[in-house]
Amino acid sequence: MLIFEKGAEGRRTSLLPSCDVPVYELDDKYTRKMELNLPEVSEVEVSRHYSELAKKCHGVNDGFYPLGSCTMKYNPHINEKVAALPGFTQIHPLQCPKTVQGCLELLCDFEKKLCEITGMDRLTFQPAAGAQGEFTGILLIKKYHESRGDSKRKKIIIPDSAHGTNPATAAMADYEVISIESGPDGCIDLDKLREVCNEETAGLMLTNPNTVGLFDKNILEVTKIVHDCGGLCYYDGANLNAVMGIVRPGDMGFDCIHLNLHKTFSTPHGGGGPGAGPVGCKEFLAKFLPDDMPVQKECGCFGFETAEDTMGRVKAFYGNFLVVVRAYCYVLTLGKEGIPQASTNAVLNANYMMASLKNDYTMAYDEICMHEFVMDIASIKDATGITALDIAKGLLDNGIHPPTMYFPLIVHECLMVEPTETETKETLDGAIAVFKMLKEAAYENAESLHTAPHKAPVCRLDEVGAARNPILRYVKAE
Amino acid sequence: MAVLENLKYSQDHEWAKEEDGVVVVGITDYAQSELGDLVFVNLPEEGDEVVAGEAFGDVESVKAVSDVLSPVSGTVVAINEELLDSPQLINEDPYGAWFIKVENAEGLDDLMDAAGYEAFIEA
Repeated sequence: MLIFEKGAEGRRTSLLPSCDVPVYELDDKYTRKMELNLPEVSEVEVSRHYSELAKKCHGVNDGFYPLGSCTMKYNPHINEKVAALPGFTQIHPLQCPKTVQGCLELLCDFEKKLCEITGMDRLTFQPAAGAQGEFTGILLIKKYHESRGDSKRKKIIIPDSAHGTNPATAAMADYEVISIESGPDGCIDLDKLREVCNEETAGLMLTNPNTVGLFDKNILEVTKIVHDCGGLCYYDGANLNAVMGIVRPGDMGFDCIHLNLHKTFSTPHGGGGPGAGPVGCKEFLAKFLPDDMPVQKECGCFGFETAEDTMGRVKAFYGNFLVVVRAYCYVLTLGKEGIPQASTNAVLNANYMMASLKNDYTMAYDEICMHEFVMDIASIKDATGITALDIAKGLLDNGIHPPTMYFPLIVHECLMVEPTETETKETLDGAIAVFKMLKEAAYENAESLHTAPHKAPVCRLDEVGAARNPILRYVKAE
Repeated sequence: MAVLENLKYSQDHEWAKEEDGVVVVGITDYAQSELGDLVFVNLPEEGDEVVAGEAFGDVESVKAVSDVLSPVSGTVVAINEELLDSPQLINEDPYGAWFIKVENAEGLDDLMDAAGYEAFIEA
């Protein structure tokens, strides 16, 4: 039941304090002529409504959430406590910098720490989330070539295993996307890369470890090939959780990067955000960074500066500040030893699950993986008709959020599993048992799996029907 | 998996046949079965040039969006507008649900025959 269908005419909730400034009556020509049509409900109805919705959801606080490439790690409560401090919440983006020195100091200090983790020289917190971070990073590359009058570089190289946002980003920035086929090991095929690199190459977008969960061992050669033809290298930070504090994108030869604080740095993820997609770069690109860079001035106080040849603002003000506060809290909590330890445990957990499942499921790339691994369901589908989708729905009945399905596109019937470092061995063992049980069910009780889930708040949805005949607008039933 | 005798096939799972001086193009039964239930189709416009091996449109299933590559080069003289509203026709009758018709088509002879394609999808 939607909240619009609850309550009664005239019912009210007074949550707002009484107004403590003079009331200004707007001129009649500015006032609304039609009713707002807001829900009319009491406070208890609102509270119960949202509790009811929360019960129907599955979050990382409810159970295992091995959604590949999304790094659904636990979000520590201390992050929330710190981000709720009045010094961080009771501020306004337009107030005088002198009165928010602590907030600016946090941004400056966190910039240094993330630069140390990634091997970059400067970093902006402005982008709202990953996709906007990518866009900002590619604009850095674009501005670099433009500033040199190098106008023939119109192409961005992207491997076919990339996240869909990479080609979308390049296209948004008016680049032609050159997709290159991955080698049989799921990594970049150096010969194919050499073939497409030329004086029209603006850059390369790459995730490392890549989307099949493997670290590209030729990474130094990859970035060198691109640099030798005059292009720049962009690192998609989607999979940084496998390597943070262990190997740095800057040392791999990347010129700019984005991070997803809502993945790697334990801020809330999913449900529409907000996320945070800071963008780091090497010194030679820093002059193009977005406007309003927090800096410590010579006097020791904090303020903002505008980069010499800035691309302008990419988002209003300074990014999703409270998300940044949460991530800063996480980095300080883990410290220099904890950060690589988290990545090591993420890799260990993924390898433990993969090794425990490989007698039951075919692994797309049967070798030591990084933070995630890809299972290929094709042979189960051929024998039983059970697809990756059916297995995913079966997991729902067992209190587990499904892994990422049908991605990466280079493995057709796949499930991509990323357990993260925050899960205990008991949780992993429980999930392994469920996966094994579902494989057995595929052979013995396929029909039941075809119609799963049976215990979730909604049963099997007609995804095809929903896509072919979408109902995009709510109409109140008479 | 149905493979029809009188058609030509590409390695990218498109079929083509010559009919009244133009080449009719669609996707194979194997392709539709791999893609799953289709929910959306993008087609070129009449007059567009298509190039063998390059995308001329795309099909979207619940799982993913996939390019449709042209098996021949030439000029589009007709598109099957019925597919835009009823993409399920491709799943129901892949060899009846043609995508485009191409004139001055080149490259038809480079394609596989039915036996060749059958061997190709089994390999």
